Amino acid sequence: MREKASTFAGEPEPSGPNRRTVLVGAVGAGVAGTALAGVGVGLAAPTTAPPAPQETLPVTLTVNGVRRSAPVDPRASLLDTLRDQWGLTGPKKGCDQGACGACTMLLDGTRVLSCISLAVLHDGQEITTVEGLVAKGEMHPVQRAFAERDGFQCGFCTSGQVTSAVGLLKENPRPSRAEISELMSGNLCRCAAYSNIVDAVADAARGER
Amino acid sequence: MRPFHYSRPGSVGEAVRALGADPGAEVIAGGTDLVTLLRDGVRAPSQLVDVNRLGLDRLSWQPNGSVHIGAMCRNAVDDSRLRRAYPGLVQALRSGASPQIRNRASFGGNLLQRTRCAYFRLPEFDCNKRNPGSGCAALNGDGAQTALFGASPSCVAVHPSDCAVALVALNAVVHVEGPAGARRIPIEEFHVLPGETPQRETALRRDELVVAIELPPAPPSHYLKFRDRTSFAFALVSAAVAVEVSGGTVRSARIALGGVAAKPWRCLAAERELVGKPFTAPSIAKAGDAATEGAKPRPGNEYKVELVRRVVRRALTELGNA
Repeated sequence: MREKASTFAGEPEPSGPNRRTVLVGAVGAGVAGTALAGVGVGLAAPTTAPPAPQETLPVTLTVNGVRRSAPVDPRASLLDTLRDQWGLTGPKKGCDQGACGACTMLLDGTRVLSCISLAVLHDGQEITTVEGLVAKGEMHPVQRAFAERDGFQCGFCTSGQVTSAVGLLKENPRPSRAEISELMSGNLCRCAAYSNIVDAVADAARGER
Repeated sequence: MRPFHYSRPGSVGEAVRALGADPGAEVIAGGTDLVTLLRDGVRAPSQLVDVNRLGLDRLSWQPNGSVHIGAMCRNAVDDSRLRRAYPGLVQALRSGASPQIRNRASFGGNLLQRTRCAYFRLPEFDCNKRNPGSGCAALNGDGAQTALFGASPSCVAVHPSDCAVALVALNAVVHVEGPAGARRIPIEEFHVLPGETPQRETALRRDELVVAIELPPAPPSHYLKFRDRTSFAFALVSAAVAVEVSGGTVRSARIALGGVAAKPWRCLAAERELVGKPFTAPSIAKAGDAATEGAKPRPGNEYKVELVRRVVRRALTELGNA
């Protein structure tokens, strides 16, 4: 488990602006992209002591179309931040080491593993989780295909499978069955619903043509 | 995970200064390897220098036909000209990890990823790479994944990259920037063998940043990877081959192996078997045999010798048939 941010609670905080407050302020002001340039480095000369860890840094993400901000421990994974800060528990914590794909999200439209990335790396970016796939109360075609084809058994991997399949079809709108197997290999299903998952993705690909 | 300072420089110069100012600083790119090492306590940097927003994510074709691949180009790079000019590289990239990981993993990070040796990744075991001088638990452990070439009594780990193997066959050059300016490192000199200092894995100095990979124009290339399962696994043995044939005769050949050494292993003896000969089954078979020259199998990895022979033979055969 992650150590808690309270590790730093006992650190003395010198009065007046110091490196930490300057840096945190600079990051907070920099949400709009290029203004981020220069955070934390310009002040570092070879003679100064190494900069201290930040307790938290402000992170702003657009998650499923909603802009959200929170102070985030720099060590927090993107997955933990979405689940713990904002209650988006669709993405699952399966292996927490980049092996199972249950945590798959779309980052600026591209599928990634949120358990092996840090939230602070993504300040200002757009995230779509499985919660964001439903539009106007209608299931996404990939979700519908998974339901129709029974592309799951216990369901724990399903949100990652569905999100990954949405990303796959953006990368490759007309995959063959062999390509579907290969390109879904980053999503494990311990119930082994693989043949139905491939059917579902193939259906969704046909439907979206 | 130990606390660290997070910094997000706005330029390569700032990143290099940040690395120089803090001996405990490390670069974070895609994070697909480093985050797991941080979480498992294998690495505990005092600072992470985020290089994701330095504009290093571009492909730039040069007038002479070479290409500069920005260090932050992702491993999912999809460029038709790159596919045509360097099929072996794109095959190597597509055979690595999973689509989600390729979407985040960068070229620079791919070269600098750490070994998958289980004893390195589990802090409860001795490992000279992780904790210099502590010993090597792999020497008396499970040897199935260990090196055939270039190992030392200090370390028998192998480099896990597919991409780097293709880059050796394609004669790449690594562009780096440091406090003294820019420097070019031929890919073969980029990774180093363990010797008595397995903690040192590359020629990169700790205050230098990989900014690009340069690929010169190359002959037809191909990559073949053998692994425990069909997808999403590291290579047991892989081979990248680049062969120029004209008038039925091999003019040049570069052959590199993955999964067998602490660096992509160039097979000069196998290349010599091809150059000046027809690109046909007999010379290809000789090249496969020659690729095993110098192999020093260890308990558990003996199977890799025959695998090297066959992977090289098949990679060359597939290239010839392409």
